[in-house]
Parts: sequence; structure tokens; C-alpha cells
Amino acid sequence: MTWLLAIAAGVLFAAGIYMILRRSLVKILVGLALLSYAVNLLLFNSAPLIPARPPLIPLGSSAPPEVYADPVPQALILTAIVISFGVTAFAVVLMRQVYGTLGTDDLNEMRCTDIPCKEVEIASEEEQMEEPL
Amino acid sequence: MKRSILLATAARYLMPLMLIFSVFLLLRGHNEIGGGFVGGLVAASALMLYGIAISPAALRTLLPVEPRLLVGLGLLAALTSGLLPVLTGRPFLTGLWLKTPLPVIGKVGTPLLFDTGVYFVVVGVVMWILLSLAEEEAK
Amino acid sequence: MLTSQLTWLVLTLAGGVLFAAFAPLLRRRAERLAAPLLALLPLAVFVQLLAALPAVQMGETAQARFDWVPALGLSLTFTLDGLGLAMGLLIAGIGALVILYGGAYLHGHPSLGRFYAVVLLFMTAMLGIALSGNALLLFVFWELTSITSFLLIGFEHERPGARAAAWQALLVTGGGGLALMAGFALLAVITGSFEMNVWAARAAEIAVHPLAPAAFLLILGGAATKSAQFPFHFWLPNAMEAPTPVSAYLHSATMVKAGVFLLARLFPVLGGLPLWTPALTTLGLLTLVGASLLALAQTDLKRLLAYTTVSALGMLVFLLGLGTPLALKTAALFLVTHALYKGALFLSAGSVDHGTGTRDIARLGGIGRAMPFTAAAAGLAALSMAGLPPLLGFIAKELVYETTLEAAAPLLLTGLTLVANAATVVVAVWVGWRPFWGRPGDDHLHPHEGTPGLWGPPLLLALLGLALGLFPALTGDGLIAPMTAAIVGQSVKVKLALWHGLTPMLGLSALTLLLGVGLAALRRVVQPRIAAFWRALAPLGPANLYHRFVHGLLSLASWQTAVLQNGYLRVYALVIVLTTAALAGLTIVLKDVTLTLSPWQPPRFYDFILVGVILTAAFLVTRSRSRVATIALLGSIGFSIAVIFLLYSAPDLAMVQFAIETLTVILFVLVLYKLPKFSRLSSTPTRIADVFFALTGGLLMTLIMLLVSRHASDASAAAYYAANSLSQANGRNIVNVILVDFRGLDTLGEITVLAIAAIGVFSLIRLGGKPGRKQRAVPKGGRTK
Repeated sequence: MTWLLAIAAGVLFAAGIYMILRRSLVKILVGLALLSYAVNLLLFNSAPLIPARPPLIPLGSSAPPEVYADPVPQALILTAIVISFGVTAFAVVLMRQVYGTLGTDDLNEMRCTDIPCKEVEIASEEEQMEEPL
Repeated sequence: MKRSILLATAARYLMPLMLIFSVFLLLRGHNEIGGGFVGGLVAASALMLYGIAISPAALRTLLPVEPRLLVGLGLLAALTSGLLPVLTGRPFLTGLWLKTPLPVIGKVGTPLLFDTGVYFVVVGVVMWILLSLAEEEAK
Repeated sequence: MLTSQLTWLVLTLAGGVLFAAFAPLLRRRAERLAAPLLALLPLAVFVQLLAALPAVQMGETAQARFDWVPALGLSLTFTLDGLGLAMGLLIAGIGALVILYGGAYLHGHPSLGRFYAVVLLFMTAMLGIALSGNALLLFVFWELTSITSFLLIGFEHERPGARAAAWQALLVTGGGGLALMAGFALLAVITGSFEMNVWAARAAEIAVHPLAPAAFLLILGGAATKSAQFPFHFWLPNAMEAPTPVSAYLHSATMVKAGVFLLARLFPVLGGLPLWTPALTTLGLLTLVGASLLALAQTDLKRLLAYTTVSALGMLVFLLGLGTPLALKTAALFLVTHALYKGALFLSAGSVDHGTGTRDIARLGGIGRAMPFTAAAAGLAALSMAGLPPLLGFIAKELVYETTLEAAAPLLLTGLTLVANAATVVVAVWVGWRPFWGRPGDDHLHPHEGTPGLWGPPLLLALLGLALGLFPALTGDGLIAPMTAAIVGQSVKVKLALWHGLTPMLGLSALTLLLGVGLAALRRVVQPRIAAFWRALAPLGPANLYHRFVHGLLSLASWQTAVLQNGYLRVYALVIVLTTAALAGLTIVLKDVTLTLSPWQPPRFYDFILVGVILTAAFLVTRSRSRVATIALLGSIGFSIAVIFLLYSAPDLAMVQFAIETLTVILFVLVLYKLPKFSRLSSTPTRIADVFFALTGGLLMTLIMLLVSRHASDASAAAYYAANSLSQANGRNIVNVILVDFRGLDTLGEITVLAIAAIGVFSLIRLGGKPGRKQRAVPKGGRTK
């Protein structure tokens, strides 16, 4: 299963990367969602996969049985899942708002929201100084 | 959005049950499967089910407090659970436990308060996001 | 005794910083009282230093040490010796006068409070340099003086010229500061300490170390930028944009001396290097002669004084470079002399500006009758500058000639010094005589004498130059001898006198005066020619090179920003993906050539089903044109992952994933119709290339996962949590115990992030205005490019 999961996560990564390389806003959203799935699988796959042995300490004993699944990746993924919901919600609303305001979903048309599209005059003050030697 | 009578009726009965289940998940989370995150998500799903099946406005009237207040309360609870041990001279977030377990709830300590904080933050955050969007949609 | 005095002094300084913070408030509350009250701080320092003088004259030194960051070798070590004491007296004494003068000069200025605060802060930092015994501490104060200098040059920041000059000074001195720091670090590498007395004790070891020349050149870079040596001198004349009290204080009497002071301070450490004398004498002479001749081209009082300041700094570096006891004694005396007369002249120039509204010597003339006190102060200081008896300047100049005559190449050195000194005399006449008693130039000046605050301080400084000159023996034994002793590192005798008999030095002095006065009288002939000469040379000058350099740097910066920050999200993403792939792939190839992957275990049949669903959905999602279908496909991936969690011992994760999938679907449903439709915007070649990049990234991640899970046997963290979960945290669900107890702080951070995300969503909805209102990002037709 480790191999299968590695392949699944790899395909999810590939699909996610492909989607965030698109120019359409919504596709980037989908890409983000795919990437967070992929990362969760990556974390999950970093420990040995053990069926039906959750990291619980049975009643009457003070330690888990001999074989149990690694709890550390699980704790990491648990919060990651919840956070990714927050991030997805934020991204969805952000894109909805961007689309509503700019009226386009083409990222190439949004360039000027990120960088100054006009040439900016630099060092104009330098010339105003007296020229000494 | 068109309402389904079947869904609305089911939601009326499901919602309280799911809320109780979510509290159950929260309380037993330290020893069995569950915890503040899961509990909070189940509670939020229950409330959103109600909100979608009936109406966001109905959900709003049902809620006793604003979702953002829940977020604040949750953070405050988690922070308090961390500060309590500081008052007794131990490091921040050290677990403190009552000697005798309470009936129903079981052993009580600051981690439970922390988990409750997580529960409220999760409920609050999800409700705040989704309810704001639903109300925006309903406009 | 001396140590406790030093400790008190340091405490006074620490108080000074607090005092400075209240200066603007004090000024607002009590405009008239502010200056005298604030001048009490420098005065207190001055008195304390005077009280320590007798002990220092006896050859005592003191050290006070407070550990700060011992791990970095940074301790607050303060030293009090003859050199630091003399510097401190100048800094505190002139500081008090400048505060008083500034109160009168900037009377009614809206930012006078800021002036007080920054000047006091500067004074504290400068005293810190004078008293530091630890190089890192000195560096901190050094940079602080650069910053306060920046703030004071740009004091009238409404004027572009002031802003540009402030920026230039900061860039030049700040760049030098970096070099200085590097030099200090090298010396610390050699000796293992930042304490300067340790350096001095191990000077012989440093002198033969291969890193020593580099350390020396770096430190020299720092000193040369601060003390405006060629080719870094150009910032100082531009710094005249500062209010005149600032020019007097920072840019002639104290701050620009910091570089010279540092060289004197490190003479016991680096003076033995073979590079010392050639480097410093060359640098000093170039600056001395060049700046003197540049000064002759100026018509502005302050710029005249600025260029002669540069030449005086060159003289000091030159003398330190010679390094003979006589030269060092001369340097010590000249440093004090110059601070006194130049401070007085700057303050007088400010008074002239204040009383007439101009600083142009072509327009000024005959105002001495209307401004008698200023005229007296300027005249007296100019006499000292020109080197006439019985002023201190005369003794200094005699000593300079004595030094050059005794040096290795007496003819050349004396000749060059003569030229520079004659130019200094010319400037002294132009600044101290011509405006007051020369032919009236402009009838519309209406000169008037200012308040005592405007002529008292310069007069006091000028009189001090006279007094010290009248009692040369006292000056020599009391001040110059301890200074020289601190530089040389052993006690020395300093005999100063006004009259030595008919010596070659006296003859040279007379020649200097004759030349100077003669040239000064021919101002209308001399000045335009020299100005024309320098103008012709200007394109080759360091100032022009500096401008080109800065302009080039800015162009480079905006070019590379335009390339990297090009506004295309996909380019950013691509850079990240490819960089990661290249770095990670390279590491794998270099470090793990065998590439042993985790062993293949035959999967169970439902594994195939679940992974099959994920693969199919992932493929379909990239091709989907329908929003509803996309949400369904994403959901099917999420639910499949949840089932995987459930099957492989993570029931908590499965529940969370199920709940989140549900909520995510609700989220998408709520905003679905506000989102744009899927549109195909990229061209087919781009898409094919992207498929290639995406597959590279995916393949790399698969490979990493297979390599990582091979090493997964190390589960010590898991074992620790499992062993302690029940006993220490009273919990049987280890995952939950990790979340709320062992790693509770992380979880606290995470729920805070969640709360922030919710606040973000809420504000976006609130601030977004009316969604759906269409507004084009670019005008129509701008779409193609």
C-alpha cells in the first residue's frame, strides 16, 4: 500500500501543480485543494501503514499494544485538515471577491494589481543635490 | 434556494442529536476516538445542516451568541488553560488535573478546558465563515 | 576612584538617553527653559570628565565592565584614558554650547524638540565611542552616530536636497560601518576577543598574522568614510544641508573625528603593520591637499568650512600615519585646536546667515559693525585657523612643520603641507575677515546681531582657543600629554611653547601667511579659475562615480524586480516547483545513489479500489469544465482518503476528513454561482509544457515518499508519546493527547490561525463592496499585451 499511496499522492501533486499553473482563477482553487490532499497523504505515508491498530491505550493497560500506528503524523494531519478548510474558505472568498471587483478570471489580466505597470521614476532626488567633487 | 420539506423535518430532529453527539465526542476525546476538532466539526455540520435545510436566518435566531464570540471564547479558554499552571509556578500549558474524577465527564483537567477551547474555536470559525456566506447568498 | 567616576559617567549617559526622549515634551511645555535645561546634561558630563582629569594626568586609566551578551563576546566595557577623556570633553563641552545655540538658532522652528532629542542622542552615542573599550560596543555607538547624523542632515526633510544629502551620508558612512564591522570581526578571529585592550596586548601577534592587512584595510575603510577621506569625502560638503548647529557639532567638531579617533585608538594595535604608514600618509595627504584646493572654489560660507574640515581630517590621518611620537603629539593637539576654531567658525557662519539671510561670501561684506560679537568670535577663530600667535592654531601649525621637517621626505611633505596650509589661511580670511570688514557687497542685507544665544557659544569657543594658546605649557601637560600617552601606550612629555626662537618652522609659518593673505586678496581672480578647473574635472570625480554607482544599483534592482516580480502567478509557481525539483532531485542523486526504495508489499484489493478512485478523480478534475462535477470529484478524492485513514488505524483523521468534506461541499455550494465558469485560457503548447512540469513534480514527490518511508523505522517520538500518554497526561487517545497536551502550544497556534482565517473571510465579505459589480481590470484593448 505504501507504493500505491505514494503513487496516488504523486498523481495528486502532479494534478495540483498542473492546476495552479493555469490562468483561470477557479482552477487555481482546485489546485490548492488537490495539493492539500497530496500533502496529507505524504504525511500519512511517512510512517508505516498498519491496518486496524489505532494509537489508543486499551483500558486496564498503561501502554498501547505491541504494534500500533504512529500517532505523530496523525496529529499533524488532523490539524492540517482543519487548517486547510480555513485556507480554502479564505481562498474561495478572496477569488469570489476578486472576480466580483475586477470582472475577469484571467490571471494575466490581473498583473497590474500586483506590480506597478507604469515605469516608475527612480532616484529623481539624486539630481537635485549640488554636484561637488 | 428551494427548500425540501423532507430535509427540513429531518434537520429539526437531527440537529440536536448531532450536537449532543459532538459534545460526547469532545468529552471522551482524551481516552477514545474524538476530541475538540472532531467535536467542533460535527457540531458545525449539524448547525449548517439546519441552516441550509431551513434558512440561515432561522439558524441565526437559534444561535444564542454570535459565532465570532464563540471564536473569542474558545481562544480565551485555551489561553486560560495554559495560564492556569503559570499561576501555580509551572510552565505554560502544563496539564493540571483534579484528583477525583467527576461523574459523567470523568477526569477533569486543564487539557479538557483546552480541548473545549478548540471545540469552540472550530465551531465558531466554521459557523462564522459559512453563515456569513450563506447570509450574503440569501441577500 | 577613577573607576567609580567612570561608572557614574556611564550612568549619566544612560540617563541622557531617557532625558533625550523627553526633550520634545519639554520644549512644548517650556520653550525658553528647554535649551538651558537640556544643556545641563552635557554640562554634567563635562564637569564629571573635568573631575576625572587630574587622575588621568597622573597616568591612570579606568575600566568599567558590564556583561551584555557574553556568548558573543559583547560586554559593555567602558574605558577612560587620556584620548577618550579629551574627546569626551570636546563632545560634552561643544554639545552644551550647541544645545544653547540651537535653541536660539532654531527659535520657533516647529521641530526644535526633535532637534534637541536627536542631538542629545547623538551626543550620547558619540561619548559612547569615546569611552568604549569593546569593539562591538564601539560599533553599536558608531552606527548610532551614522543614524543620528542621517536624521539631522535630513532635519528639514521637506527639502529634496536635504533628503538626498542625508541619504548619501547614510549610504557612505553606513557602507563604511559594514567594512569596519568586518575588520573588527577579523581581529576577533585573530585574537578571540572584542576587547580592545586585549588587542593592544597582543599587537605583536596580530602584526604577523596573515589576516591582519585585510582587517586593517577594512577598518581603514570604516574610518575613511566616517572621517570623509578621499575618495569618500563628498558626503561631508553635502551634509551642509543640515542646520548650522548640526554642521558645527557633528560635521566638524565631533562625529567626523570618529574615524580619526578610531585610528588613534587602534594605533597600539595596528600601528606596527608595515602597511600603516604608507596607507595613512597617502590617504591623508591626498585628502589634505585635494580638499584645500577644492575649498578655494567655494563661495558659500558653510561649504568653505566643510572643505577645510575635510582637509583638516586629512591632516590628522596623515599625522597618525607618520606615527612618530612627535607626529602623534601634533595630531592630538591639532584635533583639539581644529574642533575649537572650526566649531566657533561654523556657529559664527550660522549667526551671519541668521542675521543677513545669506552665506554667499560674494554678497557679504562690511557687516562687522552691525554684528560686533559675531565678528569678534569669527575673527578670533579665523586667527587660530590661520595659525597666528598667540592662538592655539599657531602652536599646532609650528608642530606640523616640525613634524614634516623631521619626516622621511621632508621637502615633499613640507611643500604639500605648505600648499594646504596656505589654502587654509585663504579660507580663514574669506570666512573670518571678509564678510565683516571687507568691501560691502550687497546693500540689501540689513545685518543685525542676534540674541546672546547666537554669538555667546562661538565667542566662548574662540576665547577658549585663545586661552589654551596663551598657556601652552598647561595645555601640553594637562591635555595633550595624556592624549598622546593613550595613543602611544606609554607616558610622554609634551612641552608646548609659543616662542621657540628663530626656527625654520617660524619661517614657514610666515611664508604660509604671506601666501595665504596674498591669494585671499585676489579672490575675484583666483576663485573663478579654480572653480572652472574643478568643474572640468567633475565627471571624473568620486562624487560622479558614486552617483553612477547608486543609479546603476537602483536600475539593477528595478530590472531584477521586474524580472522576478513579473505579476504572473504561474511563473512564480513554476519557479518554486522547478527549484524544489532541482534541489531535491540533486540531493537525492548526490546523497542516495543506491536509491533503495521501501519494499513492495502486495496491496489488498480495496486498496486498489480506493487508489483507483483517487487517480481517476485526479485525472478527471484536470479536464473538467463543469463546476458541479469538479466539486463532486474533489469530494470523492476526500472521501476516499478518509476511508484510507479509517482502514489504516487513523479513525480520528477519518472523522475529521468526513466532516471537513461535508463542510467544504457546503462552502462551495454557497459560493458556486459567484465564481466564474471554467475557461480554457492557456494555449496547447503551454498546457503540454505544464503537464511535463507537473509530472516532474509529482514523480519527485512519489520518489521522496518511497525514500522517506524506508527510513520510517525511527519512531522514537511515537514511542515517547505512547509511553507517557497515560502516566503523564491521563489520556488513552494518544493523538488527542499530543494535540491538547504534549504539543498544546502548536495547537494553540493553529486555532489562532483558524480564527485569523475566519476574520479574513469575514472582512473580505464585508469590505468587498457589492460583489458582482463588473469593472474591468484593464481598459479594453489592453488585453493582448
